This record gives sequence, C-alpha cells and structure tokens, in this order.
Amino acid sequence: MGEVQRLTNCTTGGPVFVDVQDGRIVRMTPIDLADDDKGDWVIEARGRKFMPPRRTTLSPHAQASRSLVYSPKRILHPMKRVDWDPEGERNPQNRGISGYEEISWDEALDLVTTELIREKRENGPGSILTTCSSHHLWGNLGYRHSAYYRFLNLMGMVHTAHNPDSWEGWHWGAMPMWGNSHRLGIPEQYDLLEDALKHTEMVVFWSADPESTGGGIYSAFESTSRRFWMKELGIKMVFVDPYYNPTAELFSDKWFAPRLGTDVAFGLGIAYTWLVEGTYDKEYVAERTTGFDEWKDYVLGKADDLPKTPEWAESECGIPARQIRALAREWGAKKVMLAAGGLGGWGGACRSATGNEWARTMVALAAMQGYGKPGVNIWGTSQGAPSDCSFVFPGYAEGGMSGDPEKSAAGYRMLYRIFAHSTGLHPTVNAHDSTEGIAIPRLRIPEAMMHEKFEWRGKGFCGPSIQSQMQKYQYPAPGYPFVTMYWRYGGSFFGTMQQTNRYVKAYREGGVRTVVNQSIWMEGEAKFADIILPACTNFERWDMSEFGNCSGYIPDNHNQTNHRVIVFQKKCIEPLGESKSDYDIFAAVAERMGLGDVFTEGGMDELDWCKAYFDATDLPQITTWEQFEKKGYVVVPFPDDYKSTPAMRWFAEGRKRDTPDWGPRPGDTVGMVGLQTPSGKIEFVSKALKNLEMDVIDPERPAMGPQFIASWEGHHTTELYGKYPLQMVSPHPRFSFHTMGDSKGTWLNEIDEHRILHEDGHRYWIMRLNSVDAKARGITEGDLVRAFNDRGAVILSAQLTERVAPGTVHSYESCADYLPQGEPGASTDIAGCVNILTNMRTITPTSHAMSNNSCLIQIEKWEGEAS
Amino acid sequence: MKSWHLIVDVARCHDCNDCFLADKDEFVDNEFPPYSAAQPWHGHRWMNIKRKERGQYPIVQTAYLPMPCMHCDEAPCLTADGAVYKRPDGLVIIDPVKAKGRKEIVASCPYSAIYWNEEKELAQKCTGCAHLLDDGWTETRCSQVCPTEAIKLVLAEEDDVERMVEDEGLERYRDSLGTKPRVYYKNLHRWEKAFVGCSVVYGDTDECAEGAAVTVLRDGSVAGHGTTDIFGEVAVDFLTPGREYVVRIEADGYKPVELTVQVDASLNAGTVVLEKA
Repeated sequence: MGEVQRLTNCTTGGPVFVDVQDGRIVRMTPIDLADDDKGDWVIEARGRKFMPPRRTTLSPHAQASRSLVYSPKRILHPMKRVDWDPEGERNPQNRGISGYEEISWDEALDLVTTELIREKRENGPGSILTTCSSHHLWGNLGYRHSAYYRFLNLMGMVHTAHNPDSWEGWHWGAMPMWGNSHRLGIPEQYDLLEDALKHTEMVVFWSADPESTGGGIYSAFESTSRRFWMKELGIKMVFVDPYYNPTAELFSDKWFAPRLGTDVAFGLGIAYTWLVEGTYDKEYVAERTTGFDEWKDYVLGKADDLPKTPEWAESECGIPARQIRALAREWGAKKVMLAAGGLGGWGGACRSATGNEWARTMVALAAMQGYGKPGVNIWGTSQGAPSDCSFVFPGYAEGGMSGDPEKSAAGYRMLYRIFAHSTGLHPTVNAHDSTEGIAIPRLRIPEAMMHEKFEWRGKGFCGPSIQSQMQKYQYPAPGYPFVTMYWRYGGSFFGTMQQTNRYVKAYREGGVRTVVNQSIWMEGEAKFADIILPACTNFERWDMSEFGNCSGYIPDNHNQTNHRVIVFQKKCIEPLGESKSDYDIFAAVAERMGLGDVFTEGGMDELDWCKAYFDATDLPQITTWEQFEKKGYVVVPFPDDYKSTPAMRWFAEGRKRDTPDWGPRPGDTVGMVGLQTPSGKIEFVSKALKNLEMDVIDPERPAMGPQFIASWEGHHTTELYGKYPLQMVSPHPRFSFHTMGDSKGTWLNEIDEHRILHEDGHRYWIMRLNSVDAKARGITEGDLVRAFNDRGAVILSAQLTERVAPGTVHSYESCADYLPQGEPGASTDIAGCVNILTNMRTITPTSHAMSNNSCLIQIEKWEGEAS
Repeated sequence: MKSWHLIVDVARCHDCNDCFLADKDEFVDNEFPPYSAAQPWHGHRWMNIKRKERGQYPIVQTAYLPMPCMHCDEAPCLTADGAVYKRPDGLVIIDPVKAKGRKEIVASCPYSAIYWNEEKELAQKCTGCAHLLDDGWTETRCSQVCPTEAIKLVLAEEDDVERMVEDEGLERYRDSLGTKPRVYYKNLHRWEKAFVGCSVVYGDTDECAEGAAVTVLRDGSVAGHGTTDIFGEVAVDFLTPGREYVVRIEADGYKPVELTVQVDASLNAGTVVLEKA
C-alpha cells in the first residue's frame, strides 16, 4: 500500500482534508486549523470573551461525500437511449422507459454537436433550452455561474430563469416594502453576533432552522457554537414553526406551531397587542416608516370592522390568545432578535401562498420594535460573525470564468479583475439570454416544452430594482421559437419544483426532440434523456473556493463562518470510469462546434484557470501560489483594527450607510441615506405596488400591508379541505443538500430520519404525522402510506410524531430519484417526490414564486397496490 | 496510565448524524489491521443513534442517545482465546482474523453494538478508532466531527475520570448490567427519566398563569417541582417512568388544583384552569 496523502477540497457543506491512498479516497475530515493559521476574533460581552472554535464543521451530506464519489449509481460512460434515432424515430413517448446503451465519447460528441447545429440552423436562437439545478458541486470555477455559463453563452443556448426559490415572499412581498433588491428582499446581517451577545434578551426563530440548513446556507454548523453562547448568557429562544425543528430541539424555550398559512394572523395578533397596549417604538415608526397609520387602522379593524385581536388570531392559527398576548408582552418589553428564516430572511413560510404577507409581517414587527437599534434586528443567527469584508475573495455567484454580468454578479468587481486587459482573457455574454432577449421560467419548463404560450411577471431573480419584478414577459418571446432541444445539467426537478408530474409528462409528450443530460449519477431526470454525458465530482478536478461564501445576492456571506477559509480544491483522484469534469465536457463540445479556443482561451485547463483566478483575488497579499498549492488552504487574517458596523444601525439612527453592503445602490438613495424605496423608509403602503396598480390589480398583493389573506389552498378552501384535510409542509431536507446526497446508494440513506428500509429492500422517504391523525387512519409507526391528492400520489414510510400539530404533516422535499410504478408522470411514485403533490400555482397572480408549503393532501395506509 | 473514555452529552445531541457518517467514512471499504476489516457499505451502525420523543404536542422535547461500542471493562464479548480482547488503554477489539466465523460474539453484547458481516463472516463493531490513536490522533472520528461537542474523547487516568464522573454528574447507560462501560453520558435523564408538563391558565382573566408553583408528588413525598413560565407552561423532569404521580398546582389568590397522572413516559397533562380563590 502506498503512503496516505492529505489533500484538500471544499463542498457545499464545508471544507475537507481528503486522505488519498493508491489513487483512492480513504477518508475526509473537517479541517482543524494549524497553529500558524491566524484569523481568530474575540467578542467581549457581558463580562465574557467569546472566541471561535479553531476547526471547521461539516454538514452531514459533506461528511458522506466519499459515498457520493463511489456511489453505485455513478455514470461511468456516455450513453444513448436505445430507441432514440435522431435521423429516424426519436420515440419521445418512451423517455423514462426505454433503456440505454454505452457509446464512446466520440459518438456522444458527434450526436450532441449534430443536434446543436441542427437546432441553430433550423430554429435559431431560443430553440436550445438549458438549465442546471440550484446547487452544483462546490468550486468557484466549476460552479454553474462559471464554466457552465461560459459554455452556454458561447453555444447560444438559453438558460431558464430561476425563480428566487429560497427568497420568494421576501422577494415579491418584502422587496416592494423596503427594497434590498441587491439581496432579493432580505436584509443585511453585518456584526449582529456581537450586537446580540451584548444586548439581546430574546430570539424569536420564526420559520428558521439553521441547524438543518447549513447554518444559513453552505456553512455547515459554524454558527452552532454561537447559539450555545447565547443560551449560556440566558438569552431566551422562542420558535415559531409547524415542525419542532432540530434547532428547536437544542435550544427551544417555547415552541409555537401555528396552522400552516396563518403565521400572518399570529403576527397581526402580536401587533394588535402592541398597538392597544402602547408597547411599540412610536418614534421609530414615525420617523423610519410610511403608511403606518393606515396599516394601524387595518390592524385595529377600523378599516374592515375586523380587529386583528389575539382572539381573532387564535381562530385562524390555533395558538391560544393568551399565549399570543404573553409573547407580545415579552417581546415588547425586551430587546429581541427576530430570526425570520435561518439566513436572516428565507424560511419555509415564505414559500407558501401567504409568503409575501408573511415576509412583510416580519418587517413590520421588527420595525415596530425599533429595527436596527442595539439588540433589536432581523437576524437568522447564522451570519454576522466578525469577518474582514475588505479582503476580496469572491463567491461562486461572481461568475468565475464566465465573466457574465447579466446572469451572475461578475459586474460588481470580478469582471474587471479576471478579465483585466493585462490578463488577455475574455468574458462572455449572451444577448438572447438577457433581459432584452428570451426568458423561460423554471416554474414553467413543462409548458415551455409542451409548446404552450404563457405570460408572467418578473424574469426570475429580480435583483436590479424593486420594479424589475413587475416587468411582463411572454413565452415564446417575440421573434423567438418554441424550445426544441433541452440540455439538462445537475439535480432533478421532479423532487424540487411543484406539481412535478408536469415535468415528467413534458419529456414524453412535449415538442423537444433532443434531450441531453450531463449528470454524475443515474437518477431522477437523467433517466429521461436521449444522450447522457457522464460528469465527475469536485474531488476529481481542480478548483478553488471559500467555505460558505457564495456572494452575489448574499454579499459577504463568508460572515457565516468562524474563519474565512479559502481552499485549493485539489484533484484528489482521476475521474471515475470515462467521466469527465464539466469543464472538459464543455471544452470538448466547444471544440467540435469550432469554438474550442474561444472557450478555453487557447487551451487553458482548469489548473490554469485556478492560477488566473488566484491572481485576480486578494490572495497574493497573504500567500503565494506555491504556498497555497502546498498547504491547500489559507485562513484570512483578522485585522487588528476591525471596525464593527451592525446592520441597519445606520438606518435606525438616520445616518449614511456605513456597512460594507452592496446596496442600496447610490442612485436609489438620496446621499446614501435611507432604503431603496422611493421614501427611503419602510413602506407600510408600498409606492411601487401602488404604481403597479395602474397596470394590473392583484387582489392577493395589496399595496398596504401586511394583510391577512387566506391561503388559496388551506383551511378556508372548504371543499378542497374537506376532501384533503391534511396540510403538508415540505421543507428543505436536513441530511441531503437538496437532491445532493439522497438516493444513489449513499450512506445518508441509512439515517433513520432520512429514509426507512422496508422488507421489499427499498428505502422509503418519510412522512411525519401526528399520532392523532395516524390513529384516525389506522396507521402505525413504519407503515407504508399513500399520500395523495388530485395531482398525484407518493408512497412513503410513516413516522408518528408529536413534532407536528394534528392536521399538519411533514415530509422533506428534494428526493433525488423518481420511481413511478406505472406510466411515468401518471402513476404512483415510490422514490418520495412529494412535490408531485404540490400546486403549480404561484404565490399571487403577479408574484412568479413557488408555494410548496400550501398543499392539501390525504394519507391512507398503503397495502401495496400501485396505481 | 491514560485510558480511553467517551463522554456523550444527551442534551447537546440533535441527531445530525455526523458521527454516524464519520464512522462510515472511516471504516467502510477501509481495513485497519490488526484492528478491523472493512465495514460493509450498508447495514452496520457502529455508531447507533437512538431516538426518543418526550411529551405530546405542544409540550415536546426530543432525546438522542448516540451508542458506539461501550468498550466495557467487564465486556461479555471478551473471549479467552484473544478473538475479542481488551487493549491496555481500555479499548475492546474484535480481532478480524481470530474472530472469523464466530457469530456468537454478536449476541454476547447486551448493548447490541456488534454487527455481523455476512460476506466476511465476521463480527464487527466500533474500534474506538484504535488505529488513529496509535497514529497520534487525540480525537475519534465521531468526537472530531461533532458540531455541538456532544461527544468528547477523554484520554485520562482513571482517578481523573472518576472525579469528572462525580463533578459533572456522568452516568453509564444501563449501569445495572454491570459490564462497566467506558462510555459515559451526561444528562442521561433525558433518555431514562420522564417529565410531566402542563399549561396553566387563570380562569378569571384567561391569561397565562406565570409563576405558578407546580409540585409533583409520589406517595406523599416530593418527586419534583417547577414554576410556570410566561406562557403558563412547565415541565417537571427527572421522574421515574411507570408510576402514578400527583401534580399540585398553586398560585397566589387561586384555588390549588391536583391532578393524578400515570406517567409511563413523558406526559403533557394539558391545560389546567385555576379558579379564583
């Protein structure tokens, strides 16, 4: 046996040392910092000194990485669907049914380029649709914003416009109320850890579970130790969540589970108590908000004769009025951090029919208590550790080698660094895949493939301005064709989008004649492709990145981590089988398309790009390429003269913004004072929504708010509720990262809160239901159950639990595989794609947002007859 | 000499499974002679996390019990011929060569911590990361990766450990088995004991009864007490399950209430309304 080499890599769930022996990965561990790694900070608060642990943390899916690399479902060779003949019968109706044959890379590349050329010549721009999943394997150069965007731009493909899936209510609801478009409607989080440790007396976690969701995102358990610090200081923690979530398990002093879709009523009951008891910050709302009096009249019932009393709130949300009052009184008397979503923003409540008004409720409650004053903020407890934001190392969203300022944040700073004149490198753009060109929304991919015409508002992630989300789009865009070729890349949508039998049917019945899937594992949508190109994992290619830092719409989110750890992602092993890195696949296709040198800048490989990237960042200020290559990572030193600038303190004090945030942009402010709204204030009556009313009236999106608007799929939709009386919440999964790590034979599947092994040898996805609901249906622990509604059916393993209220059921979204028991798209799935059951309806008619947590279903014991 | 102990804090575990996965990462498809043959890809739980819910909606807690091999000092699995032996540092090792074919070793463990490898015809379990400690590691894989510091490896003299046990209230799981495990638990009551909780309301005002005194009695003597919080809620813990208790609720100016409850497991006794005295 050869010697064990210790290499480095980074994942979506933390950096790792990778031990490699004889060309095989034997071990992956977190990175324990070395003695010469600087970067510690100290916070002094309440007589104590707090210092971060000197080791990095790992998310479960990251600790399972070795089983992802060596998964039995790895695709090791290019493949072609056996009955797909591009010169004869293409048999799209057999997608998902017919098998595959191995072909050589030469054949695969020939087939792919023939089809690309055919589409470009016969149908022109707009005919080739491509999309990735939300999350790719980690690495700033290998991530989708980089190599993939460079490739699709040069190929003239159109990328689907992704809806802001984790932001939704904040994007479409809060943004018109307070701006923050540069963060898609969620707030800055700078230095709020120190603020909380010094001043905060209570944290209200509302739809927030940082222990499950990588802290905020990508940062593993970096913030866990900090929540323990708060607990040690006696800071009370209250949880509002339909599920007694893992963060609550560790820290909860009190758990509230309002009926799904009624969080706004709960919030209005709190606001009512503050209004009648005078326990809100009157000066703040007078100086920092507009429209408050009109909204106050609404809450007090002067406008609609319906006072939003705690008793009224109880009738909607099921929480006893006395406890709503008790929470309101404690909140009104103490300095409270509102952890509205685990990132500070986000949260499953924003992904529902009432998501817009929920996000506005969070802003309203924070404003009423003096948002931005010491100890009072919206803070997810995951970001806001001390972090040197002046040191430039970008996140993946800053575009990498694409240099695309339209689909990434390259235009902020990296474009001019990587593609500076001196480097001789060239960025890419794609006029068709731009605001002036064509847009195809991810939520309507099925209809686009079915060649149906439709309209919507807001291209996707609408970062440029508050108003950009109100722009009208249509498919096909004027002058453009329907899509006829689909290049799919990364995780499956069957488990992650809405009403997903649509996505299955579109493959089989739609007008797309060629489907390419570039995939690492044989699962989900890969099984519906005509040509499969085998990609490799990030452990089989060169790359570089920083722990927890994606940047873009979450600027400076390296402040989730305890240290800024920048990692040289080494190629630890050769790509398995005939798989290739994404970059090499793109380069090979570009070569056949006559653009090889343009794509690779005359033959640069991934390691060459790493060196160019290194030089474009501030890394040369603290290390050399040789040192970085040898050690594999570097910790950014923490500056001695660090100046803390707590988020929104400037706003509360009416000063110029002093935080390092990317916005509001100067042109959207008057002298850098105030928010991005026309008034510069938090608008209880949104000027932008008022203006929108000149064009369209959206009754579910009132200019004055937050307002309680009953869910279009909930307990007020009487007929449907009678038929399907269980409300399903389907949060992001705890152990896999979306589809990453689920199924494909990984070790995560053995976690008994992830999947349950049944006698038939299949590991079933879990449906959690209260013991009362289970008993009423004759269901016992571990029974197989059929969850269904008019949109489809899924077979799951029942878990009886007290962690949901009766009437609520819980099943994570993002099953990676899809296993229909009959005709694909029209039969029962046993893989666990609960999004088959969710409604394709957007939050409101003008908010192009997903609403997975507004879903009524019925559950019955399953005796094994698939239908 | 310093020997191997693992301290597990039940109150800091939230079932993230990093320990379970780190164990897989270390041992699946990897062999570390002379201590272990490769763990099969599926089926073994050398770190087994047991799950328990306490109470009923909405007064609920959870408890998790991460269970590796207990590396008992009087381990029933030890054999005279050295197929299963104890290292000087306390670790119990199943010799992957000598133990081949010895399926009876699996059943010898009262903690069910030993697994059968069909393919290799071998009983297998947690080795305490003996091979890593030999290499100079000061952590096991499970303790290194634990994000809440619920699992700690303590390499210490027995005297020092005894002091820790005393000072920190550490316990052995199912101590009465008498096998003397080297794995100690903190806050084990969350797994072994039960609470009685309730939500108390002032009947005249319909407000939460904050500060009400709640006493739990067993045969007339006090088994536990607590005070209701701002939401009128309380959970009196450390009760021995399987018994009947009387719960007395008292608040100034209100008539006391007594409930008789059978506590087989943690119980939410529901809402209690106090009438004005």
